[in-house]
Amino acid sequence: MSNHLNPSDIKAWTRRDFLQSSAMFASAALTVPAFVQSSALALPRPMMGLSSIAGVDEDRILVVIQLSGGNDGLNTLVPYGDDAYQRVRPRIALSANEVLMLNRNGGLGLHGSMSGFKELYDEGMCAIVQGVGYPNPNRSHFASMDIWHTADTAGTGDGWLGKYVDSQCCGYGSGTPGAKASTNQAQNDPPPPLIAIGKTAPLALHGRTMMPVAIESADMYQWTGEKMGKDLNKAYIGSIEDRSEADMASGAEDNKSFLVRTAMDAQVSSKKIRKAVDAESLVQYPNSQLANQLSMVASMIRAGMPTRVFYVSHGSFDTHANQGGAQGTHARLLQQLSEAVSAFYKDLKAQGNEGRVLSSCFSEFGRRVGQNGSGGTDHGTAAPMFLFGPMVNPGLHSRYPSLTNLDNGDLKYTVDFRQVYAEVLDEWLSAPSKEVLGRGYKHLRVLKS
Amino acid sequence: MPALETQPVKTTDSIAAIKSEDFGYTEARHLLLRAGFGGTDEQIRTLARWGPEKSVDHLVNYGKIKADEAGADAFENDIIRPLTNEERQRVNRARQTGDEDTLAMYRTERQRRQREDRRQMREIQRAWITRMIESPRPLEEKMTLFWHGHFATSFRGVEDSYHMYAQNRLFRGNAMGNLGNLLRGIVRDPAMLKYLNNNQNRKDSPNENLGRELLELFSLGEGNYTERDIKEAARTLTGFTFEDNDFRFNQNQHDNGPKNVLGVQGNLDGNSLVSAILNQQACALFIVLKLYRFFVRDIPMDLSAIDTGSRKAILRLAQMFRLGNYEIKPVIRKMLLSKHFYDPTNIGSKIKSPSELLIGSVRSLQVPVRDIGIVTEAMELMGQSVFLPPSVKGWDGGRSWINTSTMFVRQNTLIYLLTGALPTRPLFLKDPAYFDALALVPSLNTPGDSDPSDEQIVRELAMVTLGQANDDVVDSVLSGARGSQGEGAMRENEVVVRALVMLTSMPEYQLC
Repeated sequence: MSNHLNPSDIKAWTRRDFLQSSAMFASAALTVPAFVQSSALALPRPMMGLSSIAGVDEDRILVVIQLSGGNDGLNTLVPYGDDAYQRVRPRIALSANEVLMLNRNGGLGLHGSMSGFKELYDEGMCAIVQGVGYPNPNRSHFASMDIWHTADTAGTGDGWLGKYVDSQCCGYGSGTPGAKASTNQAQNDPPPPLIAIGKTAPLALHGRTMMPVAIESADMYQWTGEKMGKDLNKAYIGSIEDRSEADMASGAEDNKSFLVRTAMDAQVSSKKIRKAVDAESLVQYPNSQLANQLSMVASMIRAGMPTRVFYVSHGSFDTHANQGGAQGTHARLLQQLSEAVSAFYKDLKAQGNEGRVLSSCFSEFGRRVGQNGSGGTDHGTAAPMFLFGPMVNPGLHSRYPSLTNLDNGDLKYTVDFRQVYAEVLDEWLSAPSKEVLGRGYKHLRVLKS
Repeated sequence: MPALETQPVKTTDSIAAIKSEDFGYTEARHLLLRAGFGGTDEQIRTLARWGPEKSVDHLVNYGKIKADEAGADAFENDIIRPLTNEERQRVNRARQTGDEDTLAMYRTERQRRQREDRRQMREIQRAWITRMIESPRPLEEKMTLFWHGHFATSFRGVEDSYHMYAQNRLFRGNAMGNLGNLLRGIVRDPAMLKYLNNNQNRKDSPNENLGRELLELFSLGEGNYTERDIKEAARTLTGFTFEDNDFRFNQNQHDNGPKNVLGVQGNLDGNSLVSAILNQQACALFIVLKLYRFFVRDIPMDLSAIDTGSRKAILRLAQMFRLGNYEIKPVIRKMLLSKHFYDPTNIGSKIKSPSELLIGSVRSLQVPVRDIGIVTEAMELMGQSVFLPPSVKGWDGGRSWINTSTMFVRQNTLIYLLTGALPTRPLFLKDPAYFDALALVPSLNTPGDSDPSDEQIVRELAMVTLGQANDDVVDSVLSGARGSQGEGAMRENEVVVRALVMLTSMPEYQLC
């Protein structure tokens, strides 16, 4: 019990180091919660160029940016040249000189407050998928969000990214609870948990095999007892450490040793995350919640966290009243979004990690084509999705839904969002989309292959 | 991280009652943890004295214990209500004439009601958690929680707090009753009908959602029906809808054609569907398996993947459940009394659910609740928000509760209950509620000659919190709590609290 290492000296006792030197590595991998376990395999590769992407599957990261509340797609990717657009939105429509032109002939541009997106677009780092939706659209925030999260039009199953983890883990396959574990050792190695920045993890990340990690702030992600005095902290960590090592040596795999290991990993990863977040970013981030979230994600990527999916959110986009046009509430939300994503990719570039990170940005629905009587817009249907990173096929994809051939005042979607999911799963995460989504979807070639 | 245990185990297959002489403190503690939310040292000793039969009967026959009844009128039942005919006409007129002001007024009113309803939902959540903490009938609440997880319905999809409350009353009222009644009740339950879209299940355009989950998740389990059965089951449920707060059978939308579900033919409706389900052997086994996972051990749903002893015990209980006409109480009683239930493999092996952890801590350590809002939020952060299960599949339980972030929330919430300190900055904005930690040490509270050493005190605290006093744990807790203070420090309430902070942070504290 004596001679415990100084807990502040993280290097001296990281579990990773212990695991690396341990002959028990293979059997321990079965129950180690993997936060730290996999990090040895996924250190950042600042020297990695784009060309080597094909060889580094294990390092690929997906960042999902959720726009909550229903983003007004028509005032984001603006068909300013369409008379119908100007006609039904007299108070909130943007004119040609209020947009950042993408396609002069098509009369299409980004909202004027989104110069960050425009830069990424011009650099070939942004793909825009137009008219994304799904059949029989649901206009309830909750219901539609659940549909996007589960990739199922009933919206009642597991999260699509949770199912992705299931497909990678432990032979669970289709996510049936209690399905027989695979005998394949490599398949039994648990993937690192998904991380949501926020109080709780969204449905999208919930699967059968592991719970996603939610981190609101590095402050929250630590043992309160640590602040109750050195003696207490030292005794606690010493006890966990001793037992973790004893379990490792005996190869115990019961619930108790599983808990000991998780407690140990929590200590190590807490230090690691706090250290990562305390390190000054390589670029200046604007001051917004989304920017804070993305800066945390960038810090964790930089620190070599093995996590492959991060989830952030921004909102609220539920602009029923006075949403504004070139200026106003909606413009501010878009500006925050655009500035945050722009800073995020500058940071990743400075780290040398931009080639590893694909980001995808969606909202549960767009809004109605016509403005309402309060200078706002009500819940609608299809809207554009944005994807970022050097691995995207830049530019516009699919086609803009007609503003005159409507379904009861709403846009008719031109692309099913699950086509985008399928491509991200197959091409970026190397996971079988058919298994995860329950059926195959045609790829749009939004990603370079 | 496999969600379930991977270690091979060996257990007794006997479901005969445990003998009185084999039922001591450990067994009484086990019973109280599983059939309730744990108890104080005194309560455990009482059950140990009573012996298995009397203890189990006391817990199971909870109807004899007087308890406050939360009535149907405890909450507002019309925050969310359909528009009256008159209102609907006014809205339609406004739509036709483009009267945006009137439309905006109705929209604002609807949003106000939705906000109000979300507030009431939080209130109902807190009321249930408070009830779990205070109820003299712990098994009633535990069974209600079981059925909530089994027939998982979320406010997210229902968006009517009163419907959620009514469903909770349905579960409580039938918690130990008859499975048939529960199934017949659930296909008429407004919250469930809304959640699984059965209000859209009409004869010309059947919606299979409820029919499918009824067979797959609520009664038979995958592999025990065909896709055709699902389609036919959905047809029997056409026209099952609700109006305001009540079930309504819409005869016009009901498919009156001949149907064939699970081998039963005729012009079937919801009741005959339930009878057809109960006729299946698979039904008793499926429900017993789920009860077993809830009360006994985190096992896979696949019988072939578990040890012979447990498999035999489960099959015996399932047979008894079926022969007993799906009466729930006898099978629970049998299970809680069985030798198998007290097999050493099953004691202290289960990962506590967030509710077991928090409610159990309040009930067994007698810590002040401090702020029920914080406790409710902590449960959400741990992954168990009552009335908001993640999906229709409910909570997976077992190892899926645990990861590094929930481990911190679990430990930190206990620290909050013990000390009032929250993990956010600025730290230690202390709650004034005093916690008498010294009261937990039996030898300090028994009149007589005992003069326990510090180590003895820690040992007793370890028994109360962990059910065992492992030497290494006792050593570290003693040094962590006492620091440089000498012998006798454990007589200080604050030092005892520090010891409890360490004990409840120990991985074993997550087990029951």
